[in-house]
Amino acid sequence: MNNQPNLTIERSAVELTKEDFVSDQMVKWCPGCGAHAILSSVANVFPKIGYRKENFMFVSGIGCSSRFPYYVNTYGIHGIHGRAAAIASGVKIANPHLSVWIATGDGDSMAIGGNHFIHIIRRNIDVNIMLFNNQIYGLTKGQYSPTTPMGSVTKTSPQGTIEHPFNPGELVLGAQGTFFARVVDTNPRLMTEVMFEAAKHDGTSVVEILQNCVIFADKTHDVVTNKDVRDDRQIVLRNGEPMIFGKNRDKGIRLNGTRLEVVTLGENGITEDDLLVHDAYQQDPGIHLMLAKMAYPHFPVALGVIRAAMYPTYDDMVEDQITYAKSTSKIKNVDDLLNSGDTWEIK
Amino acid sequence: MVKTKSKVIQRDDIVVKFVGDSGDGMQLSGTLFSDTAALAGLDLATFPDYPAEIRAPHNTIAGVSGFQVHVGSKKIETTGDMCDVLVAMNPASLRSNLKWAKQGATIITDEDAFDEAALKKSGYTENPLENDSLSGFNLVKAPITTLTREAVKSLGIDNKSADRSKNMFGLGIVYHLLGLSLESTYEFFNKKFKNKPEVIAANRAVLEAGFNYADTVEALSSVYQVPKAKMEPGRYRNITGNVATAWGFLAASERSGRPLFLGSYPITPATEILIELAKYKSLGAKVFQAEDEIAGITSAIGASYTGSLALTTTSGPGLSLKSEAIGLAVMTELPLVIVNVQRGGPSTGLPTKSEQSDLYQALFGRNGEAPVVVIAASSSANCFYYAYMASKIAMEHMTPVILLTDGYLGNGSQLFRIPKVADLPAINPPIAVANDPDYKPYRRDPATLARKWALPGTEGLRHRVGGLEKEDIYGNVSTDPMNHQKMVDLREAKVQKVADFIPEQEISGDQEGELLVISWGGTQGTVTEAVEEVQKSGKKISHAHFHYIMPLPKNTGELLKRFSKILVCELNSGQFVNYLRMTHPENKYMKYNKVQGLPFTVTELVNVFNATLEEK
Repeated sequence: MNNQPNLTIERSAVELTKEDFVSDQMVKWCPGCGAHAILSSVANVFPKIGYRKENFMFVSGIGCSSRFPYYVNTYGIHGIHGRAAAIASGVKIANPHLSVWIATGDGDSMAIGGNHFIHIIRRNIDVNIMLFNNQIYGLTKGQYSPTTPMGSVTKTSPQGTIEHPFNPGELVLGAQGTFFARVVDTNPRLMTEVMFEAAKHDGTSVVEILQNCVIFADKTHDVVTNKDVRDDRQIVLRNGEPMIFGKNRDKGIRLNGTRLEVVTLGENGITEDDLLVHDAYQQDPGIHLMLAKMAYPHFPVALGVIRAAMYPTYDDMVEDQITYAKSTSKIKNVDDLLNSGDTWEIK
Repeated sequence: MVKTKSKVIQRDDIVVKFVGDSGDGMQLSGTLFSDTAALAGLDLATFPDYPAEIRAPHNTIAGVSGFQVHVGSKKIETTGDMCDVLVAMNPASLRSNLKWAKQGATIITDEDAFDEAALKKSGYTENPLENDSLSGFNLVKAPITTLTREAVKSLGIDNKSADRSKNMFGLGIVYHLLGLSLESTYEFFNKKFKNKPEVIAANRAVLEAGFNYADTVEALSSVYQVPKAKMEPGRYRNITGNVATAWGFLAASERSGRPLFLGSYPITPATEILIELAKYKSLGAKVFQAEDEIAGITSAIGASYTGSLALTTTSGPGLSLKSEAIGLAVMTELPLVIVNVQRGGPSTGLPTKSEQSDLYQALFGRNGEAPVVVIAASSSANCFYYAYMASKIAMEHMTPVILLTDGYLGNGSQLFRIPKVADLPAINPPIAVANDPDYKPYRRDPATLARKWALPGTEGLRHRVGGLEKEDIYGNVSTDPMNHQKMVDLREAKVQKVADFIPEQEISGDQEGELLVISWGGTQGTVTEAVEEVQKSGKKISHAHFHYIMPLPKNTGELLKRFSKILVCELNSGQFVNYLRMTHPENKYMKYNKVQGLPFTVTELVNVFNATLEEK
């Protein structure tokens, strides 16, 4: 288990604060937008990660979420629609000494950018993806997205959508993701904690943030985030701890045969010992997939770090190959190359 | 057999074309022949011509693969219109290539391959080796398959394996025909089949058998002798355009001190650049085979932001996919070189054939006012230099540069005089220094109008760039109308300013006069040869070949005015001529175009030039 943030990134000599990451640009998200809470969490967590402030870099595509780089004082690229993952891949491979963060939405990463999203995950390039999932296209004003629940009435689905939505966790794990976590925009403490874990992870980390769009999909996550019901409809997973949830901490998740099941502690002789103990570091993604897919009304929605498996990263392997090639190749510079193989002198 | 004394014919140049079924090893025959000719001191140019399919149906016209080599003691500008020697390994290759054989050319065939089935598949109704249809040629009907099998019999090699070496028999005949040594080909066998002595022995035996067969056969009534070429002293190698392009980038990376990053996706005929650069991790080259064309260029933009010499390589359809991202590089004013190894279009078009039809796309194929620098290489060897210059301009002027080559240059090869990296022009990217109190993301150098390159990790330079319009100097997002006007004008002016840093356009021939022929890109060799031929007949004709297209060299307007007739020759429907009509409307232009996936021939151009001169 790795408790240290990436060692190839230079650490700050001085203690940084939230103010070090606040940009001078006016934040132009709608009042009440869930993105404000995410911005605040980032400003809280970046000083804690401990890298030099010049070594942070934000990359984004297009959409409400993708304005993010303008609002944090780091190096940054506000790219084009869907391409943040590809731009960030280039950034990280070219300069592995940067802590690279992507701000993206459900449309940006899973519709137009679906290809880059699955491939950055498959390659396990060490970047951190914050996926703002508000289940709607906000910036273009209210069309359905790849995560909009089936049947939803939106501007482009007046009779309700007839598309099966993606579950981002399922997609990440299907693409051989090594890190997947889920948080809600109404729980900044958990968000900060999970982002720190994401930063620590070597490889592509995806943090899905269930985010509210007050204008076009208000209360889209209300069924799990509403104060009155959330304790019974969310479970915060913590590595090494049994899976307990509920207002009265009396419910749990156990494995019954090949399936997960919600049980009540004390009923039918069920004790804590019968519950699943969360193992985020397990390489086999089987249980992680079942946890990521848990949904209301049959299950609580899983929050926290669902998967954090250790695999070599693409960017580390690039550096290893370069080091090896430099130590073994006879071609040390371009003059060597130009004169290699069959050449002849004409006098 | 009785050894005959062959007549020796002295020649300045010879064109040899190897053709056969796509599995017959014609590309290898051509490559080995060119290496041997180069080592013998001849100048040369080569052109492989292969089908889009990896293994098209056996013995069909669609499956014919060819490799043409032009060698000579004079300066070799082209791969040659028509061939003096045609090695045709099967009926289909003979049928499809006979039109490229000169009258009286030596045609070497494998008579064993002309069986009924193969003749039928190729569309012959009777065997051309048996009737008098080839009477105008010097036909060598060699039982190549039989003799190849015999040659390796003593080595215990079965017929199927033996047939794989058939191409070496044909090559042996050609070596004899041109009086070339077998040594360098032996060396190739030794290297290539290091751990397979039986394969080395078999290939040697077949090559020698072909050579000896030619030595004894009466059909070879004459052999050629081409004296050594008079070339500028120096060290030489044979190089293809795609390899030269890759190496030019490596040189630019080393000279500028900026690490090389290539984001690319395989596409014919550009893939070899990707393959080539992937070999040089020892030089620090980072090569990212992306999931698609868009990821190829956008990853390069990310790498560029961090301070890499960022590249993406593609061909026509791939450039279409990259259009939006080129706009991002224009807006963020980041250095980036986009290579388009042009092929026949539109859409998938003619992937393995060459064309110059992406000029409009390079110049104009983006949304908004999005000027980029466009330059074009004109020979396989100078792909090295223009890849280098594209990198220099991109980095020093903080702009995307599109480098146009084409399939003909990329796959073709030429002799390349090896430069020293230290002798190449210096590259000085405008890198911002840490904590520069005057640093602003879009503050510009007045000479180039380039902004500074501020690299992540540097203290005191944190800034954001992006695709939204940027406020002048400060780089914040701006929708102010006057600011947009100013930024559009500045981006245009920055690209135009490159004209202050590139060489003036040169004219070969009279500096003023009756007819100026204009060309650009890969047609240079053919047009030069055709112009020189017309000049030899005493006519007034001059030639300007353009490498720098956007911006044009500063003296372009003044130079065009000196001629009463201007003829623009291109392998498209008239894109450069229309660009000239737009940029220099004061002149009248004529055009000559061809869009057949084939290069111009010298003969056709000579006819066109003569006809143009006669027109009143």
